[in-house]
Order: sequence, then C-alpha cells, then structure tokens
Amino acid sequence: MDINNFGIVFALMGAAAAALVAGAGSAKGVGMAGEAGAGVVTEDPSKFGKVLILQLLPGTQGIYGLLIAFITLSQIGVLGGESNMSLAKGLLYFVACLPMAIVGYSSAIRQARASVASMGILAKRPEAFGKAMIFPAMVETYAILALLISMLAVNGVTGINI
Amino acid sequence: MADNQYTYAVARIRSKEISLLDKSDIDQLMNCKSEKECLRLLTDKGWGKTGEENAEQILSVEREKTWELIGELVEDLSVFHTFLYSNDFHNLKAAIKQVYTDSNFNDIYISQSTIAPDIIVNAVKEHNFDTLPEHMRACAEEAYQVQMHTGDSQLCDVIIDKAALETMLKKSRESKNELFSQYAELKVAVADINIAIRSCKTGKDKMFIERALADCVSLNRNELTTAALEGLDAVYQYLLNTVYADAVTALKESPSAFERWSDNLIIKHIRPQKYNPFTISPLAAYILARENEIKTVRILLSGKRNDISDDFIRERLREMYV
Repeated sequence: MDINNFGIVFALMGAAAAALVAGAGSAKGVGMAGEAGAGVVTEDPSKFGKVLILQLLPGTQGIYGLLIAFITLSQIGVLGGESNMSLAKGLLYFVACLPMAIVGYSSAIRQARASVASMGILAKRPEAFGKAMIFPAMVETYAILALLISMLAVNGVTGINI
Repeated sequence: MADNQYTYAVARIRSKEISLLDKSDIDQLMNCKSEKECLRLLTDKGWGKTGEENAEQILSVEREKTWELIGELVEDLSVFHTFLYSNDFHNLKAAIKQVYTDSNFNDIYISQSTIAPDIIVNAVKEHNFDTLPEHMRACAEEAYQVQMHTGDSQLCDVIIDKAALETMLKKSRESKNELFSQYAELKVAVADINIAIRSCKTGKDKMFIERALADCVSLNRNELTTAALEGLDAVYQYLLNTVYADAVTALKESPSAFERWSDNLIIKHIRPQKYNPFTISPLAAYILARENEIKTVRILLSGKRNDISDDFIRERLREMYV
C-alpha cells in the first residue's frame, strides 16, 4: 500500500472536522441560548424578535465551518475532478482546517454564554438591547479570524506543489 | 446539581425580578396613609389573587406563588430543602406542644416544608418517630421526653432549634453550592449570637448555653460560651474579633436592629446572583429575595395597621434585593 494514498484521507478529515466540530459547537451554543430565550419569552412574548437575534449569534460558527468544509472538498477534488494528492499535501489541508474547527467550537460555546447573560439584560432592560448584543458579538471576531486563516490556508495549500 | 445550568429557569427568574419591590416601591408604600391604601397599592402591583384578601392572606398567596413558580422551574425541589428544614422543625415543636396540651389547632403548622405536617403530627401522637427523616428522629425523641416528663417547653425548643440549625448546616454543605452553604452558615451564626445575648440577659448557666449553641465555622462555640458567661461586653468584645464585628452596633441598638442587620447581611451575600446567568444559585437568591420582600411588607403593614410612626417603621424595614 502506497502511503501517499492517505493524503486524501487527511484532507477529507480536515474538511469533516471543520464542519463537524464547529457545527457541534454552534448546535450546543444555539441550544443553550434557546433555553434562556424560551425563559425570557415565557414571561414576555413581545421580546421574541430580540431574543431570536441573540440566540442565532452562536450559530454562525457552524456556517463558517460548513464554508471551510465546502471549499476544502472542492479543492481536493471530492466534489468532482482529480483527487490524487501526496500525504504531505493532505496533512496540510488537515492543518489548514483546524483553526476553524477548534476556534469555531470554543467561540460558539463562549458566545452562547455571553448571549445567555445578555438575555438577562434584555429581560430587565429591553431598551439596552443594542448594548446587550455587543457582548456576544465581540466573540464573533475570533470566529471570523479563524475563518479567514482557514480560508487563506486552504487556498494557499492548493497552490503548493508537493 | 453541577451538571444542570438552569439556563431556562434563570432567564425566567431574570424577568420575574423586574416585579420585585425596590426601594422606591417601599417608599411609595410608606407614603400610604393606611393599611388599606397599602393593600390597594400592592393589589395594583399584582399581589394577591382575588384582590379582596386581607394582609395575611395576600402575603400567604405571595409565598405560594413563589413556590409554585420554583416548582415549575425545578423538577426536584429537594435542592431547596436548606430553606425548608427550619419549617419542619417548627412543625415538630408545634406538634409536641399540641400533643402535650391536648389541644386541636391546625393553623400553627407551616405548609412549605420538606415533610407534610400531618406526618409529623401523627408521629408525635403515636410516639413513633420512625416515620420521620433520620435527621429528626433523635431530637424528636429527646424533645418529646423532655416536654412530656418535665413540661420544660424552653428546653424542648432548645433541643429542636439546635437540631434544626445543625441539619440545615450539614445539608447545605452536602449540596456543594456556595450560596446554600453561606446562607446556612449565616443563619447558624446569627442564631448563636442571639442565644449568647439572650443567655447573658437571662443569666443562663454554662450547660444550657453549650446545649443551645450550634457549631459553625465563623464562630468559636467555646469562646462564645465563655464570653456569654462573662457578660454582654465580653460577647461584644468577642464578636469584634470575628467577621460579625458590624453586628455589635446593631446588638447595642436593639434586638430588632440586630434582626434587620442579619437579614440585610443575607441580602448582601445573595446580591451578586443578580448577575449570574447559570446554576441554581440565582433561583435560590430569588426565593430569599421574595421572603425578604414579604417580611418587609408584613412589618410595614402591621406598622400602618397599628398607627406606628413612620420613623419607627422605617427603622425596621429591610434592604431590598433589587
């Protein structure tokens, strides 16, 4: 068995990790924020719209993970085209997907906690919704940075001839 | 308990905290001319059920509402038993006195308790304490024997009160929740200080004081006993070297000032829970905040009912949670 055949395996593992780990983080985060949102809406249904925005914030990491997975799949030829690559290149794709997978998961959970705390503000001071939204939104910065690096890295690896 | 973050429950409690009475609400109540006017204001704020209840009925309805809400939010209410043990032991005292005096009162029992008052009453009537939880059996037997054979109601109360404090402290530590532990510790310490002061004033002997004081971390039982035997100044001096140094001023003022100080201290300890979005602690803090609110309203209403001066009532009002 030629060890170089495993390149595609690692590349696919990278794509899967980006979608799976970041998606799991978002699922957990949106669920957590949803629980808090349900609590607020039980007492005051008029806050549903604002609650929904706070609940959706931790959901973006899953979308970013999906995006990285999609780009990786199309670059490595799984979605069509040539899928032969060296082990080194496969590993590079895998590493390129890691920022989105790890930061995606971690930031989704942290953002969910911030969203839950902000729902407390919304419950008591609906007029401070703008300020309340900023706290969880700040966490988004790091998910976007990870998305950027993973995207640049995946595209960069494609151009490397190894 | 640690696995459950109570996210839904805390979010609902955050919404409920808006309707808690704050300082301006209390000022508004104070500005009312009569108890009737206060009751009208409370009814407008959603207190009571039908709007035609008297003061005690409104307060009782409010307590029931709190526990109904908590019952909706938490499947297993046993996590709040720390707050209810004292009611169990109160019911035990009431049952022993009822059996001893062969009387038939039903309104002397507190329904918010960990075991139904009927079970306690039957246990005392049949002199069979096996039906009671383990932590009540020994003290129930001892208190029963003392009451029936000597008729010493004070000693009977001392035995039960001490067991209540020790049970509350032990169970709160088992809960591994800081708020419950702190609450129980404060309750025991305040009870011990009260016992020491009253024993001083009534000239109780060492055996009685030792029998009445419960162990806690923040006070040294032996040192407090020695101080109580020496006199009030010695108790004050001992307290000045503890975390309860602030209590001395209140104790010198009056027993009611000390009671207010201890209630305010609990509110001060639970206040950070207003900013905690997870765990059972904000729910526990809400229960205590409601109890504090009900107590404050009761003081205010009885003051208005008896035409007591506003300054006199204000001196007794507690700090609000919100």
